[in-house]
Amino acid sequence: MNTLLESPRNKAVARFAQLLASDKRYKILEAHIKKFQHRQDALIEVLHKAQELFGYLEDDVLRYTAAQLKLPASRVYGVATFYHFFTLKPQGEHNCVVCMGTACYVKGADKILAAVEASAHIKAGETTPDNKLSLLTARCIGACGIAPAVVYDGTVTPRQTPETALAQINQWVTP
Amino acid sequence: MTLNDLQETKAKELATRKKIVLRCCLAAGCISSDAKGVKEQLVKAVAEAGLQDEVEVRGVGCMKLCCEGPLVQADPSNALYIKVTPDNAPAIIAALKGGKVALQQADPNSPFFTKQEPIVLANCGLIDPERIESYIAADGYLALHDAIVEMEPKDVLDAMVKSGLRGRGGAGFPTGLKWGTVAKSPGARKYVICNADEGDPGAFMDRSVLESDPHAILEGMVIAGYAVGADQGYIYCRAEYPLAITRLQKAIHQAKRLGLLGAGIFESPINFNIDIRIGAGAFVCGEETALMASVEGKRGTPRPRPPFPAERGLFDCPTLINNVETFANVAPILRRGVEWFAGIGTEKSKGTKVFALAGKIQNTGLIEVPMGTPLRTIVEEMGGGAPDGGKIKAVQTGGPSGGCIPAQHLDTPVDYESLTQLGSIMGSGGMIVMDETTRMVDVARFFMEFCMDESCGKCIPCRAGTVQMHHLLVKLLAREANARDLAQLEELCDMVKNTSLCGLGQTSPNPVLSTLRFFREEYEELLQPDPHAVPQLAAKP
Repeated sequence: MNTLLESPRNKAVARFAQLLASDKRYKILEAHIKKFQHRQDALIEVLHKAQELFGYLEDDVLRYTAAQLKLPASRVYGVATFYHFFTLKPQGEHNCVVCMGTACYVKGADKILAAVEASAHIKAGETTPDNKLSLLTARCIGACGIAPAVVYDGTVTPRQTPETALAQINQWVTP
Repeated sequence: MTLNDLQETKAKELATRKKIVLRCCLAAGCISSDAKGVKEQLVKAVAEAGLQDEVEVRGVGCMKLCCEGPLVQADPSNALYIKVTPDNAPAIIAALKGGKVALQQADPNSPFFTKQEPIVLANCGLIDPERIESYIAADGYLALHDAIVEMEPKDVLDAMVKSGLRGRGGAGFPTGLKWGTVAKSPGARKYVICNADEGDPGAFMDRSVLESDPHAILEGMVIAGYAVGADQGYIYCRAEYPLAITRLQKAIHQAKRLGLLGAGIFESPINFNIDIRIGAGAFVCGEETALMASVEGKRGTPRPRPPFPAERGLFDCPTLINNVETFANVAPILRRGVEWFAGIGTEKSKGTKVFALAGKIQNTGLIEVPMGTPLRTIVEEMGGGAPDGGKIKAVQTGGPSGGCIPAQHLDTPVDYESLTQLGSIMGSGGMIVMDETTRMVDVARFFMEFCMDESCGKCIPCRAGTVQMHHLLVKLLAREANARDLAQLEELCDMVKNTSLCGLGQTSPNPVLSTLRFFREEYEELLQPDPHAVPQLAAKP
């Protein structure tokens, strides 16, 4: 009887109950999963919501999602790591996404990226040690008419140069 | 909703129209240059001038000339104001009264606008994408009524076959044939999917259509659902297009409210629901089998075809999957007639094609031209050539699956066959212009890096081949490669092209092959002498 109570499954159930009670973001996520009637094909939608709530996909969130959708954890982890949009690491306070689409590239997006990388001392995909800035690249944000474009904290900004990009970044991090 | 209700809605909407309309572009490009602020200030300026009864300020979708945004156009004077700032609002209102005001204007009669033939973009920049009434006033949902109430599904299929419409996603498969196959496939449940995963870098046609005229896509999908016997549709849209997703959600909600979507469309027994599925940033999901895996909530990896999606697709049911632009063509074809549509374009490519013009060119933006228009007309007349007196070197079409067309081939007509002959593809419609300063080997490396990152890893030729080709291109650019490396690169291109599982791998060597074909000297300039080459025997004296 005792061994049954301490089975991994029961432990997980207890852990999720604790998370639900202590963190209301889990409650919101639970409601969202219910909206999709716990359907397994809603996995990507659920992960989108989870990332919106938590900022990134931490292990507990992935395990919780797996349990709720009755999917193996490996499947959830596989999906979360397959798509570029999902991140398993916490992101910085601000983010800067340099579009590296073809139109932006031929108009000098590589120089913008190089300037920001040199100034903030991080590479694309990394976050500064003080957690102020995450530097990311995008494959194409569809703003080719106003290339090169950079997205600062979700705001698409047209016709950037290394100078304008640095001016924006330096408000967030001291070079 | 009945035909009468539809006509009433249209009449009511037209009756409330004011004499003067100021159309503000509220597509993603212009919004990034504060178009929302422009609209707010215009509304305020209209109120201050006491012109509320005469002037309507309308937020519309893409007005095509993206490089000059934010754009504001006045009806009926047709004056097109460019690079408008919120401070310009009072001046625009003053100009309405006939005053001469110093504002930057573009010529609405320039070739960029006059050479266009809008079918897909007919409503773009004219209607308010966030109001269904605006779409109905432009004869929206009329084709859906005709299809459901007056036509049998097989009549709709016939019309699609006769129109000669071909898939606008790039491969150019005849749409009527595809619809017919799905209709014939046995199965209690069928699906319709709209592929809005516009992953090609440098392409933004689908985004603009979704943002500017979302109801046209819904109407096309419901007609398709009726024709093939499906009652559930999905729109698979990229997460990078948040505005398009919001507008689609709004459009679905409005259409449901009016009984144009959901249960009992036009008070018939026909049901059709549409759900949005948001992508998560994987280029390979533009491939249809990978896209379906992603809709099912799995990793977006492709599978071998056959079975084709038309026989066994989403959840193993027959599935019709078409591109955004293809669906946008459906309602106009039914509304304006098959003969009208078949009369546009060339023998084998009917209708028009939307292109996103970008790169080193004067006028960047969205254009829609009849199939068969020479590339030169698009690039030089409409696009205005390279900026600052530069010379155009090549035009890249088809994104990472396409190729570069050199300047000497600019007289090629744009249709599926001609572009394939040149080693490029029509693709979804991204057109990037490159000038003399662009190094072609670097462009090839850029696309190869893209394919390397985006390879899903399922089949080895693509997963390992793209890495090796990228490595060779980097080596070339670092001036460390010799003739044997170049030969190996060509061999790898051939292998990856012929042995990869899906379109991504099969077309990934295209940028290398097409630049090698037309710009081989740029590769050869970078070559170093081969230290292990067999020395040539000295010729006898």
